[in-house]
Amino acid sequence: MTAIVSLQNVTKRYTRGKQTVEVLQRIDLSIAQGDFVALMGPSGSGKTTLLNLIGGLDQPSTGEVVVAGERIDKLSGAKLAKWRARHIGFVFQFYNLMPMLTAQRNVELPLLLTSLSASQRRKNAETALAVVGLGERGKHKPSELSGGQAQRVAIARALVADPTLLVCDEPTGDLDRATADEILHLLQTLNREHGKTIVMVTHDPKAAEYASHQLHLDKGQLVGTTTTA
Amino acid sequence: MKFFPLLWATLWRKKMRTIFTLLAIVVAFLLFGMLQGVNSAFNRTIDLANVNRLVVISKIALTESLPYSYTQQIEAVPGVSGVSYASWFGGYFQDAKNQIFSFPVDPKRHFDMFPELKIAPDQLEAFERTRSGAVVGASLAKRFGWKIGDHIPLHSEIWTRKADGQSDWTFDIVGIFTDTSDTGQESQLFFQHEYFDEARAFGRGKVGWYTVRISDPGQAAQIGAAIDKLFANSQDETKAQSEKEFQMSFMKQIGDINYIVTRILIAVFVALLFATGSTMMQSVRERIPELAVLKTLGFSDTRVLVLVLGESVLLCVLSAGIGLGLAALIFPGLKDMLGVVHLPTDVVIGGIAAAIGLALVTGLPPALRARSLNIVDALAGR
Ligand SMILES: Nc1ncnc2c1ncn2[C@@H]1O[C@H](COP(=O)(O)OP(=O)(O)OP(=O)(O)O)[C@@H](O)[C@H]1O
Ligand SMILES: [Mg+2]
Repeated sequence: MTAIVSLQNVTKRYTRGKQTVEVLQRIDLSIAQGDFVALMGPSGSGKTTLLNLIGGLDQPSTGEVVVAGERIDKLSGAKLAKWRARHIGFVFQFYNLMPMLTAQRNVELPLLLTSLSASQRRKNAETALAVVGLGERGKHKPSELSGGQAQRVAIARALVADPTLLVCDEPTGDLDRATADEILHLLQTLNREHGKTIVMVTHDPKAAEYASHQLHLDKGQLVGTTTTA
Repeated sequence: MKFFPLLWATLWRKKMRTIFTLLAIVVAFLLFGMLQGVNSAFNRTIDLANVNRLVVISKIALTESLPYSYTQQIEAVPGVSGVSYASWFGGYFQDAKNQIFSFPVDPKRHFDMFPELKIAPDQLEAFERTRSGAVVGASLAKRFGWKIGDHIPLHSEIWTRKADGQSDWTFDIVGIFTDTSDTGQESQLFFQHEYFDEARAFGRGKVGWYTVRISDPGQAAQIGAAIDKLFANSQDETKAQSEKEFQMSFMKQIGDINYIVTRILIAVFVALLFATGSTMMQSVRERIPELAVLKTLGFSDTRVLVLVLGESVLLCVLSAGIGLGLAALIFPGLKDMLGVVHLPTDVVIGGIAAAIGLALVTGLPPALRARSLNIVDALAGR
């Protein structure tokens, strides 16, 4: 199996005043194409930090980060932005939709950076909304959607440009059990039927069960891997 | 262009706030359009083509007078079919607030020159006969309740009397004239130049300006040039202009319109700068998480900067367009006063340029802030 994510000896430090905190310590990690990985660990263990490095939102202090065949720790600024647009779909805990845009327009946002025509963009967005089971809600604003529906729109937005990797930070953290299960089921389907590689941060052991592997972080170090399925 | 719906939706994110900001800019640009329009109308030199009357003033300044002897010399210029003259008396009635447009004239020449001023023949005759006689416009007479036979005192801000050194003059109203096509003309008062010239303490033998009738309007420009040439290199050089231009320069005497307009507009734009600037800054501050999301989606820092700038350009140009559009609608209503039918194009272009300038000045600080936004920190709410 080819690795789609590969981290070698990655360290991330933050400096606050005179104090330096090592948030991630010498992380070595490899995620295969088509995998669904749950990243677990206590609060403050560095899960979000690690996910941001994988998604190209942040840069390591030292070490190599290769994602989708690119040394992204070497990319910067506009190049990294372009790379993200091409390879990564993000899903956040609080959906982070644009409140003034309809669901359809929200999903279309990443496509504005492509050369697709307006009608192609509309079609692709409709397809993505249909995949997440919201084909009928395109005209609704985020404020008119439930939490679960809003998260589905966010997933459609993450999918629409057909990224290499889906990166989710506590996607069910704001949802009740039943809705969370629906979202996790959707992610599982995307992984199994559409072959999407997914990295998902979660606190919730039940959520982690939907993934094929679980990675455990503690105080900035990887402490173990569990295989679920 | 595909980013337009995003820009538009963002602009209306807080409807009321955007509407208020928009209204402020609309009002400012309406004001800009009107004031600049008036200002440019005042500063324009009006073409001499196709006018049947010219006004000849001193080349030095409107307030300089010209020798009375020019009357015959101008009359002798080929193509001139009549000459009249008048001077600025600067009179008021009882109170300085009651300014009267009062002028010493030659009765016959004056009413001959301005046939639109209608007066009964016997009243005109009485005006010619009566040395202290005066004729007043119908609306002026109405304003102060003046009738034929009334003795009226006028105080001059300029002219003192030779006899007593005082500035108080009295006139006997001997006629009332009308002008049905332009009632504004009815606020004038005329009295005898001859009487005035003899009684005044200084400035004898001079008049304020000449009005010259042209038999062929097509020749106006040439005749104007011929008159000016006649007195070139003399002690009192002249400047022939159209009546409209003369009126404008008269009004300009009253206040430096350009100065006033510029001051008002600077004040308005400074206020606008703060209002729009704070709106834009606030709008970006509220949207930090959204802007961070755009960046995660792959919008580059520069693109985010351009989007924020685009939003302020859209707001400013849209509002300025509405404001200038309103000004262009209202402006033709001032035609009688300014003689200009359309809001001048250079005012519109200047307005749009000012709007873009405003947009860049107010949009740049928030746009730079949006550009430098760090995704990870913004997402974490840091
Ligand atoms: N920009 C930063 N500056 C300083 N410290 C930071 C910064 N980003 C993260 N940290 C610190 O790094 C540590 C790990 O943060 P991170 O957000 O990765 O944790 P997490 O595992 O995602 O926690 P949670 O489960 O609460 O989301 C925390 O102690 C945090 O305070
Ligand atoms: Mg986290």
